[in-house]
Amino acid sequence: MKALVVLPVLVPLATAIACLALRPWRAAGRAASVLGALVHLLVAAALLHRVDGAGIQVMQMGGWAAPYGISLVADLLAAIMVTLTGVTGLAVAVYSLGSIDAGREDHGYHPLFHVLLMGVSMAFLTGDLFNLYVAFEVMLMASFVLLSLGGERAQLEGSVKYVTLNLFSSAVFLAAVGVLYGVAGTLNMADLALAVQRGTAPGLVATLACLFLVAFGIKAAVFPLFFWLPASYHTPPVAVSALFAGLLTKVGVYALVRAFTLVFTGDTAFTHGLILAIAVLTMVTGVLGAAAQFEFRRVLSFHIVSQIGYMVLGLGLFTPLALAGTVFYLIHHIVVKTNLFLVAGIVKRLGGTLDLGSLGGLYRRRPALALLFLVPAFSLAGIPPLSGFWGKLVLVKAGLDSGHYAVTATALGVSLLTLFSMTKLWNEAFWKELPEESAVAAAPVPWTLLGPVVALAAITVAVGLGAGPVFDLASRAAAQLADPSQYVRAVLGEGARP
Amino acid sequence: MTALFAVTVGVLYAAGLYLVMRRSVVKLVMGLALLGHAANLLIFTMGRLSRDGAPIVAAGAERLVPPHADPVPQALVLTAIVIGFGVQAFALVLVKRAHRETGTDDLDALRSTDS
Repeated sequence: MKALVVLPVLVPLATAIACLALRPWRAAGRAASVLGALVHLLVAAALLHRVDGAGIQVMQMGGWAAPYGISLVADLLAAIMVTLTGVTGLAVAVYSLGSIDAGREDHGYHPLFHVLLMGVSMAFLTGDLFNLYVAFEVMLMASFVLLSLGGERAQLEGSVKYVTLNLFSSAVFLAAVGVLYGVAGTLNMADLALAVQRGTAPGLVATLACLFLVAFGIKAAVFPLFFWLPASYHTPPVAVSALFAGLLTKVGVYALVRAFTLVFTGDTAFTHGLILAIAVLTMVTGVLGAAAQFEFRRVLSFHIVSQIGYMVLGLGLFTPLALAGTVFYLIHHIVVKTNLFLVAGIVKRLGGTLDLGSLGGLYRRRPALALLFLVPAFSLAGIPPLSGFWGKLVLVKAGLDSGHYAVTATALGVSLLTLFSMTKLWNEAFWKELPEESAVAAAPVPWTLLGPVVALAAITVAVGLGAGPVFDLASRAAAQLADPSQYVRAVLGEGARP
Repeated sequence: MTALFAVTVGVLYAAGLYLVMRRSVVKLVMGLALLGHAANLLIFTMGRLSRDGAPIVAAGAERLVPPHADPVPQALVLTAIVIGFGVQAFALVLVKRAHRETGTDDLDALRSTDS
């Protein structure tokens, strides 16, 4: 069953085609979208199960042996990320049924949604740097249209910034890929790892590492390259925001982790020291930016930036424990952040706005919803026993073990400020009295909106209570990352030597 | 020949970056297009420039006889050109819609989503 590796890419593609063909029949298209998302989750979970049991899975496209063909590689990190893509995809696909208007559905919302999932899955699974560029572009193109679909003024303004900075990032990425090919003569990541280990042009490779850091850093929204994110993520419909918030920046983080554990490991004092500094600045600026905001989704957007800092922090520390922390944090963050945006959508439906000043009184009127907000919000801030606590615990322990006390202290301080932000959201939207001029809709919230929120909250609680097995999985993934020779041998065969 | 290409790439990057930093949205899109072209030409140049060396195994021969051109960068550039074409077409339509909706092409006026 080698084909299992390619299925997470093919299933969304087939679903997108089916949704496109079913556009005249709206109900059928919606059913196909949810069904496709469900199948995607199932094949991704099957892939994760297989990789965990039988080791790194590789598929050479078209039967061309690596490094000449394009390899698809599923190691544990990739399989975990694809599974999380499946979870987010299914949750948001269901949520879309109740929240995306007919106009957007008629103009291709569902096909684009699945093209985006395809691009994201391909980015996680590819073992070839140029193929990664293509996956990025597939993902970006779908995200461009999803972001601007509907053509509201705010959407278009946000899109101009989003498109500009992402195209700039792509141009940097492409240039770096080109120069790297000229230097190393290959773009297969496993083969590149060997070429760099051989010590091919170390000075130029260090420069290229920085170019990739900029290109992936823009995608991941790290300091100082994150400005496009809070300028655009609050403009499209909530379902689109939630999908972007859960997945897109994490593709950038994944690319950083992949490049800086597999290929650019020659001069870690320089590259990973730089990444560590960036991580700290990202955490701090993100959380301070959030403190200054007064719109639900903009607060959450700045918190994405801040949380990206934690994930990159693990990469910067670069010990097996820290990498396990990064993987655990990715698992925790994707679920929680998607969920918070989905809750924001329900709040908007009830209160008619996401401006915190005009919201209020939701706790008295909708206590169950308030509880559903508290689970991801507390998890984000790192309150035990929810998932975020364990992620931060592992990172803090890794930071202390490696003697980075100042960095660790900053991470803990940022965590406290995160709690402050979540308290602000709680106070303004749920706890305080409803302002005179505002009203809360009395209509019941449909199950298509509540179902995904409940399911994701349940996952957050489950990851928190069952942190042991999840952490073991993250540790196994980190062990593969810390020993790139496993990846290289799986792709190039047993005899591969630098 | 390589030096000429290198200078051309540099000029394209300089022009692209200059245009990207202008306030006009149209110039911004032009600048992004130039940056894409610069990257494409850079890949092409990095693949070593050569003449009369088609990478095709001659009839009856077992393997390629050097000197021959490297076909991989050219395949990469072709792919990147196609992707760049699609993306730039989208960017142009986006700019046109944004102009119709906001009535301005001044980036400094498109700040309502920033705060």
